[in-house]
Amino acid sequence: MTMLDTPLTGRVEGPNGPDHHPDHHHASPTPIGFWIYLMSDCIIFASLFAAYAVLGNNFAGGPGPKDLFEPGFVLAETALLLISSVTFGVAMLKADKHDMDATTLWLVITGLFGAGFIGMELYEFNHLIHIGAGPDRSGFLSAFFLLVGTHGLHVTFGLVWLCVMIAQIRMKGMIPANMQRLATLSMFWHFLDLVWIGVFSFVYLVRLI
Amino acid sequence: MATEAHVQAPETWSPLFGRLTLDWIPYHEPILVGTFSAIVLGGIAALILMTYFKLWGPLWRDWLTSVDHKKIGIMYMVLGFVMFIRGFADALMMRAQQAMAAGGAEGYLPPHHYDQVFTAHGVIMIFFVAMAFITGIMNFVMPTQIGARDVAFPFLNNFSFWMTVAGALLVNISLFIGEFARVGWLAFPPLSGSAFSHGPGVDYYLWALQIAGVGTTLSGVNLLATIFKMRAKGMKLFDMPVFTWTTLCTNVLIVAAFPVLTATLTMLTLDRYLDFHFFTNDLGGNAMMYVNLIWIWGHPEVYILILPIFGVFSEIVQTFSGKPLFGYKTMVWATACIMVLSFIVWLHHFFTMGSGANVNTFFGITTMIIAVPTGVKVFNWLFTMYKGRVQFEVPMLWTTGFIVTFAIGGMTGVLLAVPPVDFQLHNTLFLIAHFHNVIIGGVVFGVYAAVTFWWPKAFGFKLDDKWGRRTFWFWCVGFYFAFMPLYALGLMGVTRRLQSYMDQAWQIYFIIAAFGAVLIACGIACGFINFAVSILRRKELAVGNDPWNARTLDWATQSPPANYNFPQDVVVSGRDAFWKMKQDGFKWSTNYSDIHMPNNTATGIIVAAMALVFGFAMIWYIWWLAAITFIGMIATVIAHTFNYNQDHWIPAAKVAETEAKGEVA
Repeated sequence: MTMLDTPLTGRVEGPNGPDHHPDHHHASPTPIGFWIYLMSDCIIFASLFAAYAVLGNNFAGGPGPKDLFEPGFVLAETALLLISSVTFGVAMLKADKHDMDATTLWLVITGLFGAGFIGMELYEFNHLIHIGAGPDRSGFLSAFFLLVGTHGLHVTFGLVWLCVMIAQIRMKGMIPANMQRLATLSMFWHFLDLVWIGVFSFVYLVRLI
Repeated sequence: MATEAHVQAPETWSPLFGRLTLDWIPYHEPILVGTFSAIVLGGIAALILMTYFKLWGPLWRDWLTSVDHKKIGIMYMVLGFVMFIRGFADALMMRAQQAMAAGGAEGYLPPHHYDQVFTAHGVIMIFFVAMAFITGIMNFVMPTQIGARDVAFPFLNNFSFWMTVAGALLVNISLFIGEFARVGWLAFPPLSGSAFSHGPGVDYYLWALQIAGVGTTLSGVNLLATIFKMRAKGMKLFDMPVFTWTTLCTNVLIVAAFPVLTATLTMLTLDRYLDFHFFTNDLGGNAMMYVNLIWIWGHPEVYILILPIFGVFSEIVQTFSGKPLFGYKTMVWATACIMVLSFIVWLHHFFTMGSGANVNTFFGITTMIIAVPTGVKVFNWLFTMYKGRVQFEVPMLWTTGFIVTFAIGGMTGVLLAVPPVDFQLHNTLFLIAHFHNVIIGGVVFGVYAAVTFWWPKAFGFKLDDKWGRRTFWFWCVGFYFAFMPLYALGLMGVTRRLQSYMDQAWQIYFIIAAFGAVLIACGIACGFINFAVSILRRKELAVGNDPWNARTLDWATQSPPANYNFPQDVVVSGRDAFWKMKQDGFKWSTNYSDIHMPNNTATGIIVAAMALVFGFAMIWYIWWLAAITFIGMIATVIAHTFNYNQDHWIPAAKVAETEAKGEVA
């Protein structure tokens, strides 16, 4: 059985050679398991979006979206994250060809774009808190900070995972276990991109009209 | 649980101990000191015995670090029973208090203490008893029902279990260090916000549930992936045993509902810790949003508890009626309908919110509709028994008790679904009687039935019949004594969570209810005596691998099953696979091959231990400790991923040896 092909375990190496044992009739459960996890994560974001929808106009006399959000800044932030998804795609193409160095290079580039995104977000948060528009100011800002912050936290964990992944590729090479981990990380990264499109549209864009 | 003195204790904070001071240790509370001493003495005795019998190594190697789904399932059951004692002690305390505190009498529990007791009772019974039980049963039974060797992610399974334990420990620590929440089991703000609850009680609640919730969500993902990917060759979805179907639907609910709980509790945590305004009265918070969100999780949660139990009863009814389940497909579709409907009824928990007649009508009708698929199930069970050769073994006794009791509870539920009626009965003891009627009549009876049914599979010997029957009758009669008076009281308008009341006409009902609770206590005692007696008499109670002449693959293994479950891959064609195998005179081939299995690992228990300390540090504002344990958790998980050799092969010779032993038994 290939139940052991999880991101936390390695390739199935048995006395009869890798993955050729007669009882290996199951496909790896990792992709579907990770999909299910992503769907549960999606529901966390759905709850936060719902909270933002409910509290989004509760300014409590404080600043609103038009006073706080700068379209150009958010657009640049969005561009960084979207480009990082493209570069991750390139990394996956290189990985498909088992080109370890090129894969590493593109993963590093992805990480840099991701870090740039996080840097801009931290700058924005710091700026908002500095001008008295922190999460403790109003229900609107609480919902804003939690939703955007949760996404940012996910990207940060994605960056940590990316570093670990690069180390593991360098140490073990493009072995099947690493290929599966890479595919899983890629799903995670694109998922965060998708969530950000929701954030960009409903948190920023719509509120600026 | 602390006294009034602690509430007034000034909040001081030191860098080393956060806000934890000696004032928070309730050493002047005789009940708590007694409990604590008993636990310490019992603990020391256990330590000595374990050391004397050299059990530490086996315990660590074979159980605590095990990734075997059967052992993890059994450990969940142990956790459930231990927490059951705690939760039931709370229930007895409440019943005793309310039987005494009439007409100006204060009883023996001050409000401050009483409020912690009813909160702890609810939290423990739902999260650490009922959830532990159903997760345990699903873990133990489902993988073998689909012919798998383990779950999809065995390490994750172990980790999920230990996160649940960490949450349970946090709740129990609150008994001796600090206090528990005094806000009811769902902790509605603004009462649970920092403005009205500043002690650590609500924080214990939040961190215990968050940590345990991680385990529950991951376990849901794991079991779903297991059902989707690990089924035996040839087993189509509509060949799966009904219990596996209910497990599937339950875990869909877990994966869809628990993230909402996580998000909601996070918002409340941020309100309390960082002055956010999600649910506060001022600055744009909206407390009703919490009530909506928590019930969007909470209503599916009750189906998370009952659906697997429906599966348990389905397996039991068909086994002891000696015929295939009546209406297999309708049973599956009824389960799926309940799964979907459970997400569109949440507002019936607060018709009194004032959302208007149209909204209330919608949720009233959806709620009543759930009675339809549930009724389908009840009739399916009855028709399965009809003209069957029904054997009234103990599991079947629980089943009949369940069908009657649950039907009554279901009917009072439909009553409560009528909004105008609900306006009268909202937050009264009628509601309390209703949900205990379905949860005890459903989940608790189901757990006892499941334990009696699968015990011989887990350990190779049956439970004692006489003590099993005593357990059932005490429980069943005790339940009616304990909760029928509450229906009456609820109709008289008695609200829930009363520490004392003036009207002495109510007292007799509370005394009858307390008597019922004592009967239930006898039932619980009989249950534990049953375990002890059966373990002592295990030689004479020993049975073969298929003591009930069952129909599903979980009975095709040895009793207890070998760690690889099946010596060869099972090939399935159609429902009731094991029944068919028996008809065909199936025998395992003696041509064994090597079997691939996961290694045990200590990572799960280590990370969960750090999560426990992290939770404790966050509750007491000990920031340095929280930072260290948080980084420690992440570092341990990362280190774990660098170990690529996490599995081993059991040689064919060893398999042959194990199987030969099984033949003799």
